[in-house]
Amino acid sequence: MTSGRCAGANQDSQEQNLLKILNLGIVLGIAAAAAVVYVYPVVDQHREPSLIAVLPNGGNSESFHIRLPGDRIMAGATGSTESTPLALEWPKHDFLANMQTELFKVRNEKGVVIGVASRMSGSSEQHGLFIEWVVHLPARGSMFITMAVNPSADGYREGKLRAGTREFLTLNGAIIERFVNEVDDVDSDDVGRIELVTAFVGLAEELE
Amino acid sequence: MKYLITLLVGMAIGVVVFVLLLYYNPFVGNPSVSPLVVSELDLADFSYSLVVRDSIAFTNDGESRVQPYPAKVLQLWEPAVKKTRAIVTVLTDSRGQPAGLGVKFSSDSESTRLINAEVVVDSVWHIYAPEYGTFFVDQTENFWPYLHDIVVPARLSGGDSWRGSWHRNMSAGPGALGIARVTGGTGDFAGIEAEAVESITANAYSAITGPMAMTGNLTIALPRQEEQP
Repeated sequence: MTSGRCAGANQDSQEQNLLKILNLGIVLGIAAAAAVVYVYPVVDQHREPSLIAVLPNGGNSESFHIRLPGDRIMAGATGSTESTPLALEWPKHDFLANMQTELFKVRNEKGVVIGVASRMSGSSEQHGLFIEWVVHLPARGSMFITMAVNPSADGYREGKLRAGTREFLTLNGAIIERFVNEVDDVDSDDVGRIELVTAFVGLAEELE
Repeated sequence: MKYLITLLVGMAIGVVVFVLLLYYNPFVGNPSVSPLVVSELDLADFSYSLVVRDSIAFTNDGESRVQPYPAKVLQLWEPAVKKTRAIVTVLTDSRGQPAGLGVKFSSDSESTRLINAEVVVDSVWHIYAPEYGTFFVDQTENFWPYLHDIVVPARLSGGDSWRGSWHRNMSAGPGALGIARVTGGTGDFAGIEAEAVESITANAYSAITGPMAMTGNLTIALPRQEEQP
């Protein structure tokens, strides 16, 4: 009789211990899952080292390359017979009559793709001529650049950084757009490249 | 041994409980009313279809459910742009008339925090609207409600689809109250800075092909002439 009671008490004690361990497990599980979600980066953008040169005024310069036609994602213009890609159906709205829009992949100086860019150019009676770039580098930020319409005598076009995000948020400066008649990859169908060369300075540095 | 098994079972239950708490957290979500509603400024509305085949061009890494369009458009498969999407589309005004051309780049953001119900996307618009000129819109968007209310239910449903009526603001910054930043380029917008909010109205989504009946809406608060520098 006494041994039966002892066995029952042992069983109760074991069940209580199991329940305690189960509860402990639940708490540990919640804590572990929370820790993993908090610590583990859900998104980890691939980064290439920034190939930046320091300018004499303390600013920095960087060169972005776009191989042509290999890096052209899309090109559309009203009346154009050769769109990129070939299956592209460019809309025939009146307001797009004098406009050209292109999308490109953007490379660093070493030829590694680091972002994408759009180039819009056009003219209208109301707004005149314009040429603009938006360069979007996923790991670093974006730049909005407006270019001078007329190229210089040396064949390049100057522009200005109008707005930037993240890494480019506090920068100010100039950009040069030029076409370089050299091919990085001789085995490709490329005929040359567009170079965007930036010369930026931080707003704080500028104030000093 | 049975203590260890009990501990592991408890931990498994804990992980499930955490996932359910995360998913059904009632204290998170994007507002459905735009903060610009209370603005005294004039508003310009631009809409566009999120159905890829309604766009001029769309590209991504080529491995996602939503396939690039049109055929043979260059895909963003390189490691640095693999989590980026680009769309070129005609924007319509509030009467449904073509009102501009927009290019949007969106990239998954490293500031995504599931524990805060934030699935963040960094996105920028490059827009030409003949009525105003050109401008640039930069913002962060929170896609958590979109995933929670549309994408996950579509994947869990037997028909691999979701139908309903859903509207949310997607803009979550950089401005206060989740407002996007607008910078003018040329035309009437040259040199101005303004605010914008982007929202999505969804009616149908397929877990296989992506959005089926869905529109995006970009509302811009137009600065008054005297406010321009």
